[in-house]
Amino acid sequence: MKRSTIVNLTVVAVFGVFVIISMLAGFETGGRMGKGFLKTLGDMLVILPFAIILIGLFEAWVKRETVEKHLGEDGGWKSYMWVCLLGGMTIGPMLTALPVAQSLLRKGAALSVVLTYIGASTICRIPMTIFEITYLGGQFTLTRYLTAIPLTILSSLLLGRLLKEHIEPQAET
Amino acid sequence: MGFIVFVLLLTAVLYFRDREKTLKGLKIGGKKFLKIMPVFLVMLVFIAVALTLLPQNMISEQLSGSSSYLGVLFGLVLGSIAVMPGFVAFPLGSVLRDQGVQYMVIAAFTSSLMMVGILTFPVERQFFGTRFALLRNIASALISLLVALVMGLVFGEIL
Repeated sequence: MKRSTIVNLTVVAVFGVFVIISMLAGFETGGRMGKGFLKTLGDMLVILPFAIILIGLFEAWVKRETVEKHLGEDGGWKSYMWVCLLGGMTIGPMLTALPVAQSLLRKGAALSVVLTYIGASTICRIPMTIFEITYLGGQFTLTRYLTAIPLTILSSLLLGRLLKEHIEPQAET
Repeated sequence: MGFIVFVLLLTAVLYFRDREKTLKGLKIGGKKFLKIMPVFLVMLVFIAVALTLLPQNMISEQLSGSSSYLGVLFGLVLGSIAVMPGFVAFPLGSVLRDQGVQYMVIAAFTSSLMMVGILTFPVERQFFGTRFALLRNIASALISLLVALVMGLVFGEIL
């Protein structure tokens, strides 16, 4: 097991013990933390395994050449359009976008395209947008899209260049 | 719900087309799941502790009642730290607006809420490294700030 994994599991175990002791000792805040933890865990576990299955299938079925051709260094402006659409269809919290982004990178997508994908998944996720329009109005959403999307593409191009030497696309699994 | 049905159907269809490839995909997925689970659980612990210690009405109290630029700053900071799903954040946004909070403040909050993640930083770092996670989050915070300012212009709250 990796060291970070052991540290992480220890933190979780300590938290668990803390919650159990709090409940036994009648320390209410500790009990509330435990409840909050279980509730978020429940919410996430409904979606996460399926998102991971989808990613596994993607890695097994989609050829590297296909990704490289459409999302690679020579993909051109169209690759940014594709990942904006892909990001919009992301489900669940931003965390579900990270493994997808990682597999895109491993399959040969350009770094700036991957960054745009992560950005798009935080900006234009469809279910979220529907909520936003309902509660804050279309003008709010439109203004946000028109500002955030171009800026994200711009910053992704910049960061893609800056980070190029620092990211090692790990070998394909 | 639709998403789950979609994944199950897709798995079934692919299974009939190529059994081996599909099983390989499921295996890759399973491995990945085990790999991210420890970090994921730690993040949930942080969220549970933070949400318990910072009750949600404190957030709305901080956002109203301050001047517009200070409000935008507050919104950015709170949005970067807080973790809440969109179906909580946007109704909260409309409540804040009805209480007289400016659109630019709401935009700073919701935008950084979605784009910047201080609590999810350890997970992001695990996937792409510290440098990547740091720079992406800084860029996202700047973009959220610009979104808020443009929002202020569009809704006539500044100038």
